[in-house]
Amino acid sequence: MAKDLVGEPKGKPEINLKFYLNLFWTTLTLSIFTFGGGFVIISLMRKKMVVQRGWINDEEMLDFMTLAQSSPGAIAVNGALVVGYHLAGLRGALVSTLGTIIPPMVILSLISVGYSVVQDNVWITAAFHGMRAVVAAIVLQVSWDLFKPLAKQKKALPILLFLIGFVALFILNINIMLVMISMILFSVVYSLVSLKREKGV
Amino acid sequence: MSLLLSLFFSFFQIGLFSIGGGYAAMPLIQHQTVILHSWLTPTQFADLVTISAMTPGPIAINSATFVGMKVAGIPGVVVATLGNVLPSLIIMLILAHLYKKYSEQTLLKRILEGVRPVVVAAIFTAGLALLQLALNSFSKPDIFALVVFVVAFICLDSKRIKIGPIILLALGAIVGIGWAYVTNAL
Repeated sequence: MAKDLVGEPKGKPEINLKFYLNLFWTTLTLSIFTFGGGFVIISLMRKKMVVQRGWINDEEMLDFMTLAQSSPGAIAVNGALVVGYHLAGLRGALVSTLGTIIPPMVILSLISVGYSVVQDNVWITAAFHGMRAVVAAIVLQVSWDLFKPLAKQKKALPILLFLIGFVALFILNINIMLVMISMILFSVVYSLVSLKREKGV
Repeated sequence: MSLLLSLFFSFFQIGLFSIGGGYAAMPLIQHQTVILHSWLTPTQFADLVTISAMTPGPIAINSATFVGMKVAGIPGVVVATLGNVLPSLIIMLILAHLYKKYSEQTLLKRILEGVRPVVVAAIFTAGLALLQLALNSFSKPDIFALVVFVVAFICLDSKRIKIGPIILLALGAIVGIGWAYVTNAL
């Protein structure tokens, strides 16, 4: 692991029951305040783990977040996982993952039960009528924000891949799993070849 | 039992192929829960995305819980969530070891950059599906929903207007109820 990557952190804690409880509590409270998921977690996690607890330093935090974003899955879960693993091995990883997933599990379980009761209520239907248009705007604006850096690169390949993806998914209705798997394979081969070529020059 | 297995396997795939965080998981969730298994109707899926945007936690975990509960109660919640987290656990641990060996991550970064355009296309496509649902149809759009969509999009995209998504959703709910009141739907 990155354990011996950037040297010993300043205050690596003693691993005992109290530490596990503390780790669990820290990730639990972090998770409660991560609305909408994703990148918000990074600044919050830094504040807790680096500034308040002093468990890791900034350099390690940066490495962990790169790892968390490179791995598939939710960034919040990946981030908690890698910090927990760094601090206390597999057990630490499990404790911090549990701390991260329990709040959304409890909240969404309650909402799921409540939703099935009220989904046909006229007030709820009316509210969701308005919110559905907003959520479409949220998702399309996110995709627009993600598209801009692709366009700014001024390279043909990313735009071409975007168009191929769009045609495959929206027009041809091709299974998204198939599209993702072929894209990952393509990207692995392309990256290996282009890196090799650059090193050869 | 086979239901629990298919919940587990579906959310395992969602966990495995959602690359890039944030909304990257959404098109995969839509594929598994709406198209492949009919656990949710398109409308229920749109409502799930709405609920996820307003509650803490990653959208994949939220969806695993919501769908698991709806389809198979608490065992469903546990199985779907574990399925979703397991790929993260395995891959993070492998990556962490690789990372130690080759501290330069050029290759990994390249691969991710290569996949990103298609992830953006997938989120865009899923967004269009949500828009179509909100408007009823693209050819004869629900005018109220169209106006709300355009205003919300402008608010989100503008650098000057600083209204977050949660506030916008709350406003959307209020105008939705107001509109139903005006048109005597309540």
